[in-house]
Formats: sequence, structure tokens, C-alpha cells
Amino acid sequence: MLLKVDNIHVYYGAIHAIKGISFEVNEGETVALIGANGAGKSTTLKTISGLMHPKSGTIQFLDKDVSHTDAYRLVAQGLAHVPEGRHIFLQMTVQENLEMGAFTSKGDINAAMDKVFQYFPRLKERRKQIGGTLSGGEQQMLAMGRALMISPKLMMLDEPSMGLAPILVEQIFDIIRELRDAGTTILLVEQNAGMALDIADRAYVLETGRITLSGTGSELAQSDEVKKAYLGG
Amino acid sequence: MAFLSNFINGLSLGSIYAIIALGYTMVYGIAKMLNFAHGDVIMVGAYVSFVSIYSLGTPPILALLISMCVCTVLGVVIERLAYRPLRSAASLAVLITAIGVSYLLQNVALLIWTSNTKVFPSIVSFGSLHIGSLTITGETIVSIITCVVIMIGLTLFTTKAKTGKAMRAVSENRQAAELMGISVNKTISVTFAIGSALAAVAGVLYCSMYPVLVPTTGSIPGIKAFTAAVLGGIGSIPGTLVGGLLLGIIEIFSRAYISQDLSDAIVFAVLIIILLVKPNGLLGKKVTEKV
Repeated sequence: MLLKVDNIHVYYGAIHAIKGISFEVNEGETVALIGANGAGKSTTLKTISGLMHPKSGTIQFLDKDVSHTDAYRLVAQGLAHVPEGRHIFLQMTVQENLEMGAFTSKGDINAAMDKVFQYFPRLKERRKQIGGTLSGGEQQMLAMGRALMISPKLMMLDEPSMGLAPILVEQIFDIIRELRDAGTTILLVEQNAGMALDIADRAYVLETGRITLSGTGSELAQSDEVKKAYLGG
Repeated sequence: MAFLSNFINGLSLGSIYAIIALGYTMVYGIAKMLNFAHGDVIMVGAYVSFVSIYSLGTPPILALLISMCVCTVLGVVIERLAYRPLRSAASLAVLITAIGVSYLLQNVALLIWTSNTKVFPSIVSFGSLHIGSLTITGETIVSIITCVVIMIGLTLFTTKAKTGKAMRAVSENRQAAELMGISVNKTISVTFAIGSALAAVAGVLYCSMYPVLVPTTGSIPGIKAFTAAVLGGIGSIPGTLVGGLLLGIIEIFSRAYISQDLSDAIVFAVLIIILLVKPNGLLGKKVTEKV
């Protein structure tokens, strides 16, 4: 098993944000976490990537307990986290952003960059451009491209569609589909439940810090509860 | 001719301010804190050089290298022991701690070297350059050249070297840098190491020009360099150079043409005026808080 989250509790100060959730991601799978704003989706990803740590419970990545490992160490082990809001380096060029993505990489950076440019030809055209001058969609592409620089064993995407025009959302999801088909293991957090369930092998529904439903993407997409709460019908 | 000579002296003093200011600006840019103990690292650097030249009899250049090493270690240790435990504390707590470290260094220096003034030997062994009636001292030439070399070196480092780019990444977005696999703590340590090594260079150059060494020697150039960093736009390397040179020139000109006693007052009046017009300093970036 690639990732195993076992009964974690996470707090923001006194606020109990994650109340004992458990799930797993197997190699090659695309798993979605869906839920409303404030359900704890981003907090879950931050806890997995080591930006936050659980008060109790464990997280195993590649069969090692990483519950209290710092974020920067997990990157070297193959965990990439594309955060909500992209967080690209706005004052650095596209190329420098990609180089930062390869910070822990010992391999050929140019080869990795060429591979990223195959997924995102737009980034190649703009490689000398400063990050802050890119459009929202391009910034999302850069954030994803930057994460791909280490050929991650697990790629976590937090709200990749946020704030993008529908046509760009389609584009980004097409690329996620391509990545999935190429064998990348993906953990996807989305408010756009329809898109997420469509692409995911399996999915979990998160509600105020607890997992309330789980199943395959299509099972959940058919479920009345999900339809009512997240698919607008 | 007097004008030109004052101008060159201003450039040279400004070069030293700029070298010190780099330490403030880099630490501010990357660790987001004002390290008020930076000026006292300059003083330690000067004392170490003094001891090494007089007591150990090393040649000046070796003395400089020794004091750079000592200051590098000192800077990293100060960060590790005093500032790192406060990484997520309120910025006021960090500021007070920095002032505390500053007094600690001054008082330790007082214990070791007493309050007796030491006359610092110049590390520049060649004499003055005469062009017509213009005289340029060796110290002047060395400090200007050193500043230029350091500025070029640091610019190359932050645009070409992997660690240098990581420093820019941490300075811009700490969390994103961490998600790239960059250790924020290690990057901050490197920043303190570079800033403190430069403080040693500045200390030796400053004392070569003004050879009076006491435990509070670092505080005035420290404050002036901090002013230079703010003037140029704190966090910006080119801004630091502009701020430092400007400050040095204003100081020397006010001493020469207005009043010896009022020169510091004039320097700080200029700072206040510039900040009223450009609150982020001359080359500072406008900081917009993103929601």
C-alpha cells in the first residue's frame, strides 16, 4: 500500500478539524476526497504532506510511519503536494519554478523538464516569463508541472479547478486523466464533485472532519446522498 | 578636488554600510526578522582580527579569514539558539530577543577585552594613490572593490546557484519552498552564515578606516547600515547597495560642508523624508497581503 491514513485527529489550536479519519491509496490509483468547504479536505492533505502533524493516529507512506516527518523530507521520498491556491513562486521565472520542483532530484533536470513540457506545452513557450505574469490556468499548470519534476510516487492535488473558467477546468482535468493513464498515483481534493468522481477510481466523502461515505467513483456518483449534497440534484 | 575626494570617501564609507546592510536585508528577506545583533557581530569580527594580528601574529589576510570563520559560526549559533525556538512566536518577541543578543555580545566583549580602546591596525598594506592633488587611501580603494565583488558574487549566487535560488524561494513563500523539499531551517542557517561572514569583512574594513575598537564599536555602523537597508528597500539586494552608497555620501558631505556634529542628524532626517515619500524604500517592492 502506498499511503495508509489510520484514525488521525488533527487540531488547529483548540479547533478539532479532523476527527479520526482513515483511508488508503494504492499504487496506480486515483482517489478523490470530496466534501463541502471546511470539511477538512485541505487539512487532510497538509497533514499527509507534513505541513501539519496529527495529534493522534498514524500516516504510513511507502510502509513507513511519516506522521511526524517534516514536509521537506517527504518530498525526497516521492510525495508531491500541489497546494490549494497554487503557491507558485511569483517572482521567479517558469523555468526557475520548475527547477525548484526538482530541488531534491538527483536525476537529469532537463529530461524531467522536457517531460513536463509534453504535458504542458504552454509552459515551454513561457519558460522565461515571471510566474506572477501568468494567467490563473497557467499558474495551475506550473504548480502541477513543478510537482511532476520529481516523478512523484504520489501526487496530491488540492482544488486544481479552483477559480478557473470552465474551459480551463476541462483542460486541467484532461491532463489529470492523462497523468492517471500514465500510471501516476493521484490523491485529488475537489469541491467540483462531479468532475472528481468521474475521474476517480475510488472516492471518500468528508463532512466536518469525518468520512461519511466511500466507494468507487461511479458508485458515489449514483448515490442519492452524494447527488443531493454535492451534485446539485 | 575636495568635492571629488569627499565623494570617493562617501562611496567608500557607503560600500561598508552596504556590506553590513546585506546582512540585515538577507535575514529580513528570508527569516522575516530584524536581527539587531548584526552590528555586534561586526565588533566581534574586528576583535578577532585584532587578536589574531597582535597576539597570534598572523598576516592581515589570514586574520580576516579567521574572523570570517568565527563570525560565520557565531551567526549560525545565535540563530540556532536564540531565534529558531521563536520561529512561530510573535515578531515582537523575536525583536526583543535580538536586542538581548546584542547586549549579550557587547557585554561578553567587555569581559574579554575590557572597555579600553584598542587601536586597530589597518589590514591594507599598500599606501595611498595620488592623482594630481587627489589622494585616495588604500582602505578606500579596498572597501569599494570589496563591495563591488560581494554584490556581484551575491547576485550570481542568488540567480545561478541552487542554494541561492532556494533562498529566494524561501523568502517569497516559505510553505511552497518546503513543499519543494527545501529545508527552511537550513536555508535560514545559510543566510545567517553568509550575513555574518560579510559582517566580519565589514568590521575589519570599518576599523581599518576608523581604527577605534571598543565593545560598542558595532552599534553605530550597525544602526546606519540598518538605515541604509530600509532606505534602499529592505529585502532587496540592489536596494541595499543604493541605500548604503547614498547614506555614505550624504554622511561625508554633511560632515564636510554642513556640520561635523549634525551629520548623523542629517542622515536620519533624509531617511525620514525618503520614507514619507516612498514607504517601501527606494527599490523596495510593494508588499501586498494576499487573502
